[in-house]
Amino acid sequence: MKRGAKSMDSGSKTKQCLFLCAAIILLSFSLLSPLAFSSEGKWPGVDESVIEKYAKEHGREPKQPLINTDQGGLLLFVFFFAGAVGGFVAGYYWRILMVGRAPKVSKEGQQKTI
Amino acid sequence: MDTPRRAFIYLGGLGISAGFPAPLWAMHISEGILPFHWAAFWFGIAIPFVAYGIWRLKTISKNDIAFKPLVGLMAAAIFIISCMPVPVPMAGTCSHPCGTGISGIILGPAISVLVATVALLIQALFLAHGGFSTWGANIVSMGVMGSFAGYITFKALRSARVNLAIAGFMAGLFADWATYITTSVELTSGIRGDLPFMSLFWKILIAFIPTQLPLGVLEGAMTAGVVVLLQKKRPDLLVRMKVLKPEEVAA
Repeated sequence: MKRGAKSMDSGSKTKQCLFLCAAIILLSFSLLSPLAFSSEGKWPGVDESVIEKYAKEHGREPKQPLINTDQGGLLLFVFFFAGAVGGFVAGYYWRILMVGRAPKVSKEGQQKTI
Repeated sequence: MDTPRRAFIYLGGLGISAGFPAPLWAMHISEGILPFHWAAFWFGIAIPFVAYGIWRLKTISKNDIAFKPLVGLMAAAIFIISCMPVPVPMAGTCSHPCGTGISGIILGPAISVLVATVALLIQALFLAHGGFSTWGANIVSMGVMGSFAGYITFKALRSARVNLAIAGFMAGLFADWATYITTSVELTSGIRGDLPFMSLFWKILIAFIPTQLPLGVLEGAMTAGVVVLLQKKRPDLLVRMKVLKPEEVAA
């Protein structure tokens, strides 16, 4: 009973902590985003704001990629597809690795169960 | 809902969420930015590390069948993390973490380089993210420097008996910063012409700081989170990968 109460306590603490973190992140975004938007009007990547900027200043321009998926909504689809496949693969292997009980390791480093 | 299933859904969601950005908010050096001789030079640096990574992967997977799922998990995670744009409100820009700190600690730096190489190739070929001619340079910055900086930092701090979470945090932080310092070196050497190296290098590095300073902290937190999570869920895996000592798990 005590153990159950203790785990519930730690569970609610974790939830409170997560809620607090989310609130801090949202607050900082809402406070700081006007600064960001007013300076550039958008959210350029560092490739654009640093790498390509300095490269252009020194006479180097980026070329079109070998397979140019950066055309309209195609890139959005490719990113979505790659993200979904990547997420599935990560989840699949996570499940393989985490399902079942982890074997206990003794002080000598020998595994007791698999 | 049981924990593995919940984790499966969360990770799937994370993967899908990586698919939403329309424009690219990348940090890899784009196609055509580096002159041919510099692109070839960085390929030359990257090849031995990639070859060593392949050899290490073959050797370890021969003796340990549980290793391949771990490599699969890390490869997918690095792929997702390294194309996940994160807005940095203080700078008004976006960039992404690298993930090589995590893989450097868990898989070892050699295999982490290999995993980053594959992720960078897919991104360069299909996601217009990075470039094929700059693949070598991106392998060196994100794969080699990120993985080794993360691994060395983690090992050094752990040997000084620093807490696992703090060591993980610092490893992620330095892996991220090492990547961007190397990107600055690569870019400077490629575009400087007759200009002195150091002045342009500092200019580029300072331009990276407003975005990468906070992003490094995020990467550190992420790395610490993954290491601590694995310690709780599968400590035996960390022992097998020599991240933890058996006595630390048994204690």
